[in-house]
Amino acid sequence: MQTSLVTVSYLAAGVLFILSLGGLSTQSSARRGNAFGIIGMLLAVVATALNAFSQVTTQLQSIGMLAGAVAVGATIGAVVAARVAMTNMPELVAILHSFVGAAAVLVGIASYLSPDTQLTGVEATIHEIEIFLGVLIGAVTFTGSIIAFGKLRGTIRSKPLLLPGRHVLNLSLLAGSAYLLYRFLGVPSPDATMELLIMTGLACVLGIHLVMAIGGADMPVVVSMLNSYSGWAAAAAGFMLSNDLLIITGALVGSSGAILSYIMCKAMNRSIWNVIFGGFGADEGAAPAKSKDAGAEQREVVSVNGEATAELMREAKSIIIIPGYGMAVAQAQYPLYEIAKLLRERGANVRFAIHPVAGRLPGHMNVLLAEAKVPYDIVLEMDEINQDFPSTDLALVIGANDIVNPSALDDPQSPIYGMPVLEVWKAKTSIVMKRSMASGYAGIENPLFFRDNTRMLFGDAKKQVDAILTALRETK
Amino acid sequence: MCLFLADGLAYSLVANRGQFGGAFAPATKNMNIGIIKEIKPGERRVAATPETVGKLIKLGFAVTVESGAGDGASFRDEDYENAGAQIGKDTTALWGGSDIVLKVQPPDMHPQLGRHEAELLREKATLVSFLWPAKNRELLERLAARKATVLAMDLIPRITRAQKMDALSSMANIAGYRAVIEAASFFGRFFTGQVTAAGKVPPAKVMIIGAGVAGLAAIGAARGLGAIVRAFDTRPVVREQVQSMGAEFLEVELAEDGTGEGGYAREMSPAFIAAEMALFEKQAREVDIIITTALIPGRAAPQLILRSHVEQMRPGSVVVDLAAEAGGNCELTRPGEVINHRGVTIIGYVDLPSRLAPTASSLYGNNLVHLLTDMGGAAKWQVNQQDEVVRGALVIHDGEILAPPPKPKAPPPDQAKKPQPAPAKPAGKESKGGHDSEVNPRGQVMALLLMAAAFLGIGLFAPPAFLAHLTVFVLACFVGWQVVWNVTPALHTPLMSVTNAISGIIILGGMLKVSGLPTAPATILAAVAVLLSTINIAGGFLVTQRMLKMFRR
Repeated sequence: MQTSLVTVSYLAAGVLFILSLGGLSTQSSARRGNAFGIIGMLLAVVATALNAFSQVTTQLQSIGMLAGAVAVGATIGAVVAARVAMTNMPELVAILHSFVGAAAVLVGIASYLSPDTQLTGVEATIHEIEIFLGVLIGAVTFTGSIIAFGKLRGTIRSKPLLLPGRHVLNLSLLAGSAYLLYRFLGVPSPDATMELLIMTGLACVLGIHLVMAIGGADMPVVVSMLNSYSGWAAAAAGFMLSNDLLIITGALVGSSGAILSYIMCKAMNRSIWNVIFGGFGADEGAAPAKSKDAGAEQREVVSVNGEATAELMREAKSIIIIPGYGMAVAQAQYPLYEIAKLLRERGANVRFAIHPVAGRLPGHMNVLLAEAKVPYDIVLEMDEINQDFPSTDLALVIGANDIVNPSALDDPQSPIYGMPVLEVWKAKTSIVMKRSMASGYAGIENPLFFRDNTRMLFGDAKKQVDAILTALRETK
Repeated sequence: MCLFLADGLAYSLVANRGQFGGAFAPATKNMNIGIIKEIKPGERRVAATPETVGKLIKLGFAVTVESGAGDGASFRDEDYENAGAQIGKDTTALWGGSDIVLKVQPPDMHPQLGRHEAELLREKATLVSFLWPAKNRELLERLAARKATVLAMDLIPRITRAQKMDALSSMANIAGYRAVIEAASFFGRFFTGQVTAAGKVPPAKVMIIGAGVAGLAAIGAARGLGAIVRAFDTRPVVREQVQSMGAEFLEVELAEDGTGEGGYAREMSPAFIAAEMALFEKQAREVDIIITTALIPGRAAPQLILRSHVEQMRPGSVVVDLAAEAGGNCELTRPGEVINHRGVTIIGYVDLPSRLAPTASSLYGNNLVHLLTDMGGAAKWQVNQQDEVVRGALVIHDGEILAPPPKPKAPPPDQAKKPQPAPAKPAGKESKGGHDSEVNPRGQVMALLLMAAAFLGIGLFAPPAFLAHLTVFVLACFVGWQVVWNVTPALHTPLMSVTNAISGIIILGGMLKVSGLPTAPATILAAVAVLLSTINIAGGFLVTQRMLKMFRR
């Protein structure tokens, strides 16, 4: 097979990938976008495979091995994709990132061990740097994603692990890698394999440590950051293999992840550095939060039960539901939509409001609501719906906390001051559904609970939503 | 819900009425309550109805009603007797024999006996009535001289718990209703618009100033009669209450919150008053009936309807001034009288609740029953100064004149002025395309210089093949940046899974390296890489497809 033909296939695949991402701009074109992605991928893989087979040097056993690996991988992927629950999407995304990272490490080492051509001078140096960086980024992505996966699953405690001198640790790991790079350069393959492997080990530790230090509500940022890393790892692999398609795809994925991280950070009013190295609420935020707790204990909340909530809902003409991670945990989206349907049939205007960082993955709430068959045109973003709260009769907050905290707007002492939030307290009445009075992941008191027009509905979100649904049905 | 509202009856606080008394009074047994016939001319109300007498007896009190006390309110002596009360013929004996005296009006000189009622009160007895201590200083001295305990019904604090005892509110409610009825009787037309065979009759237009209890009752009554009702109030929080009663809420164009302490209105700035006057003048030309209920605690009623306004009203129009007793909201009001000024009737009755005597008596009687219930009934009777309600109403305790109680609480926080929230930064959208306005210029210059240096270095030393790849890389970054900003936030999770899938393109790297000997370490590593990236590709695309199928309209 001719090389130019392969190149053209790669070009087409690159274009299809861009169209694929472009297709996601609206719900109606999204499925077509996904199809473009699949076609692009098939095109690239088939072209590469045909090219490999047509070369004389290729061993038959290798082809068998390749086919076997693809078959096994595809089967695993398909089974996982079919089985995963939508609430577990964050974990799936994280573990898939780790695969990309691992693949980048493996490809990097493999390409170091079996160089295609003998390069000399600057070209050789550049190639070595490419390999080194590709493996480094890949290793950080790999272990970082595994830690993120563990944190999202709950097997690792979500609380940030803050080692003393953690910045020094990160820096020394990087410095160690730089020293290894220095030793690695100029040595012909495979004599510097040891340096490469040690560096891989250091990068793995760096990945673990970076993600261990972040937790809780910052997980969406971590996941999108790792998404970005996995892209850069692929791009680095493209450089070392001189493969433009890998470079293009890596760059697309890398910038996509970067944008998502940026959006998440904006939605929390924090800089990316603060998220990556901050350890949320650990330093400056802690003291005022504590003192406010003490003052808050004397204040009282008004709690209601499911029937009273149903009563309020029946009377409300416009309702906004604000789901948070608590809804996902309790799997309350199905009965929640049943409620929304019932109320809509009665002529009430029921809508859902999604904060950009609700849940543990960008857009997680949208997927969960879509899974429960909530039509996407009643699911609105924060910017679209925030001005509607004053004209709303009832705001139902279910399993969300920090994203509806008024102190983000009016308390400069608050650690989340300046973060855009859903202004539910402007609704005539707001009902907050929560397991207990515990504070959210940011660990800050929420003055919303003590407002005069706030009612607290304590208990498991699923049970409470079911109770409301039953009460609503009884009085049909 | 507690309505914190101004109304048609004055409410005032007196400064420094003496020291605090003891916290508890000893419990007394066999308590007699005396219901006194009112002596004030024109007062038709009575402090108990047969129904409330029954309730008082249930509380353990013995009740004696002065003969003829209920005449004005259409309750006969027999009715009281049937309810279990004694009938007392001798006024002096009744006063002297009662542990607790319940009245409507403050004690005054008794015309037949020639003695002041305060002197008739037994020593150390308890008196409960309207008292208006602010303007009845001398009366307080007289009562204190009797070592009496006196609770003023006009001083019951206006808090949620005390609503059932709030006589001012129950009287204001009646006054508001009656004001409309009085207006209707002087007004020569229908309230409701009608289209009859004989021709069309337009509906009456009513403006109500002050949307307190009285104002809201007036809105309800006027709406009930079919009029078009507009209401004005300086406190924006009552807008919804006004609208819920079916009236239009009038506003001046000047934003000023007239919400004062304890739910009352406060005095407004001159600019606001000027704007208000302009509004009233305009309305005076349009409306047929004006009912004013504006009062500010402890002050003369504000003059809102001037002579010039009245003169612009159509002949036959009616003004009812519920603030007549406090000086009147209308310049021309004469308290207690009805006058006609150039064809406009101005009603200044000060006894509107009394004009609905049976209902007023019933509600007032119930207020009293609730208060006595809260104070323990006959068995556990005590004057508990720790009780916010009792303390509020208590003006004399065992002959000691008390200082005014702590002021009522401020209105609930959501009605008070909130501190201006700092403008929240809008979320990322405005910086689409990566033009972040917050980066400082110096940093930008530095970044540009660094980039220029990097490009220079690359241009000088890098081989052409690398440059070609770098070009592709940088352009792809920009394309990705532009394309991904257009992704709707709702699809961010599918975006992540699809990018997951396409980053599986690293499979190509593995495939290119598998070509060697199957036993070579490089080949094995590459095969594992292929396996992992295939999971990514298959898993990513399939799960994206599954998710996207769920999104539906």
